[in-house]
Amino acid sequence: MTPLNLLAKPWIWSWLAASAAFGLTLGLTSGRGAGELAYAALSFGAFAAIVGLGQMLVITLGPGNVDLSIPATMTLAATLALKAMSSNPGTAFLGLGIALGVGVAAGLANYALIFLLRLPPIIATLAASLVYQSFAIWSNRGLRIKPPAGLADFATGRFLGLPNVAWVGLALAIVVWVVLERTVWGRMLLATGQNLRVARLAGVPVELVRATTYVLVAVFASLAGYLLASFSGGAALNMGAEYLLMSIAVVVIGGTSIAGGNSNVPGVWGAALFMFLVVSMLNSYGAGAGVRNVLTGTIIIAIVIAASTRRVRA
Amino acid sequence: MNFLARHRIILPVVSLAVLLAATFYMQPRTMSYFGLNLLFNLAVPIALATVAQMMIIMVNDIDLSLGAFVSLAACVTATFVNDTPVLGLLILLALVLSYAALGALIHALELPAIVVTLGMSFVWGGLALFILPSPGGQSPEWLRALMTVKPPFAPMAVVAAVIISVVTHLLIVRSGIGTVLRGVGGNARSVARAGWSVIWLKALAYGLAGLFGVLAGMALVGLATSADANIALRYTLLSIAGVILGGGEFTGGKVSPTGAVIGALTLTLAASFLSFMRLSPDWQIGAQGAILILVLTARLIFSRKGAAT
Repeated sequence: MTPLNLLAKPWIWSWLAASAAFGLTLGLTSGRGAGELAYAALSFGAFAAIVGLGQMLVITLGPGNVDLSIPATMTLAATLALKAMSSNPGTAFLGLGIALGVGVAAGLANYALIFLLRLPPIIATLAASLVYQSFAIWSNRGLRIKPPAGLADFATGRFLGLPNVAWVGLALAIVVWVVLERTVWGRMLLATGQNLRVARLAGVPVELVRATTYVLVAVFASLAGYLLASFSGGAALNMGAEYLLMSIAVVVIGGTSIAGGNSNVPGVWGAALFMFLVVSMLNSYGAGAGVRNVLTGTIIIAIVIAASTRRVRA
Repeated sequence: MNFLARHRIILPVVSLAVLLAATFYMQPRTMSYFGLNLLFNLAVPIALATVAQMMIIMVNDIDLSLGAFVSLAACVTATFVNDTPVLGLLILLALVLSYAALGALIHALELPAIVVTLGMSFVWGGLALFILPSPGGQSPEWLRALMTVKPPFAPMAVVAAVIISVVTHLLIVRSGIGTVLRGVGGNARSVARAGWSVIWLKALAYGLAGLFGVLAGMALVGLATSADANIALRYTLLSIAGVILGGGEFTGGKVSPTGAVIGALTLTLAASFLSFMRLSPDWQIGAQGAILILVLTARLIFSRKGAAT
């Protein structure tokens, strides 16, 4: 593969942007702390990457498909899982099972609203997320239950020098990539996203594909919530809040087409790293919260514009 | 075409009436000038924000930055407009123009509106934080007076809702330019073939959204008397829900300004209704979601019946 071919890959831009942010941050410290910065980016980027992968699958379904219930699902899964484990040792898998169960239930509920009530997914997941949020508030009641020690050690620990959560995120990314590129279901998903009508006429069970996708995104969100709560020492009611915009941003910066039918797995990881690195870059240059947000927004829009002009030329 | 399909406004009106009747039944004392004012007080900024969102949905886009934008407008109102009115109003005007420019940019480069507005939500939020790092500021006297005025016969909130819906109805449904704007949502290409410049029309739609967003921020400050950078973040989702509740659709330029205002009133009333139900605060957010689902289910049942006959 020639370098020029490489530049034509949509995912390369998010990785270039992430490297630039990494380099600029280190330029300030003249190279000190590179390892720590990369480690932190991989840890925090992993959560964004996991929810981003789920959101990517939904966005691939085509225009109008997006899951706005990700934060609520994350919070509900984390709250219920930690409550069930109640800090007892050896209950990590029980908690994981409950979190994933919450994900499956939330995904099925979302899809039921979309399919049975013919609601636009934005409205269906928005309305459903209000209900999930209520469940989380009701079951949490301001308690802060610590995760079991073993689980907390796993979530904050490392293996072969990389954070464990990053390994989970990488493994999921590889699975999603293989599924999209090599399995019938993945091809059906892409076909549905490219043209729902044509896919249906060609015999793709489009409703089944949509149902599994909405369940998958909720399962990814609940897994991210479970890991995040274990990582940060407990569930909080606002823990998912920043992941709503984040999940959509990493998908789009990562080069996945917002019009659907075209996924991009490596780009999601690049964008997830970038979203963390750009904030730490602006922090290390001493930017206040206001300036940081303005620049983050500007950079997101600039990347989208750059990606779109490239598309027109190609 | 059946009766309900032709008059999309019927269902939002009925939803609001049913909810209002239930509230009166639960708490008869709200059936008064003062009670109605309390029920609908906060509806004015939400109604304005919903109309703003409707302008964007009308041209087949969606605005995820509206809440942050209304917050920013509120912060500017509580600081610059109060301290140096001329500069403050100029800033607000610049905000409206930047919204119009955004619309033109989205159209010219064929960018996905959902992503651009997502990015802009960071920008507006950052600017708001920059202006008001901590909650504060003060509402200008005249604005406070305007928002707490007590007109005869009907409370301010109701009068304001009627004025907003009449003005936007005349602008979007009755006027020539409004019809063309809805045409952009229906079929942009045929509007372009008819000799209109779609980029100007999109800029106009976004500019109107910016204008109503600014008005929403000002109304909010008038009611709350101060501002903070996160004051209206939930308006993004509320306004989308309001447009849909009011009978609007995401595509095709099918929107109803009166419906959007009614949708905003319904959402506001739902919150009051739930507190009258003595529902535990834990469940209030969820019940709001449930009411939203219920109304949309009712709409589905009626439109199915319409299709069957």
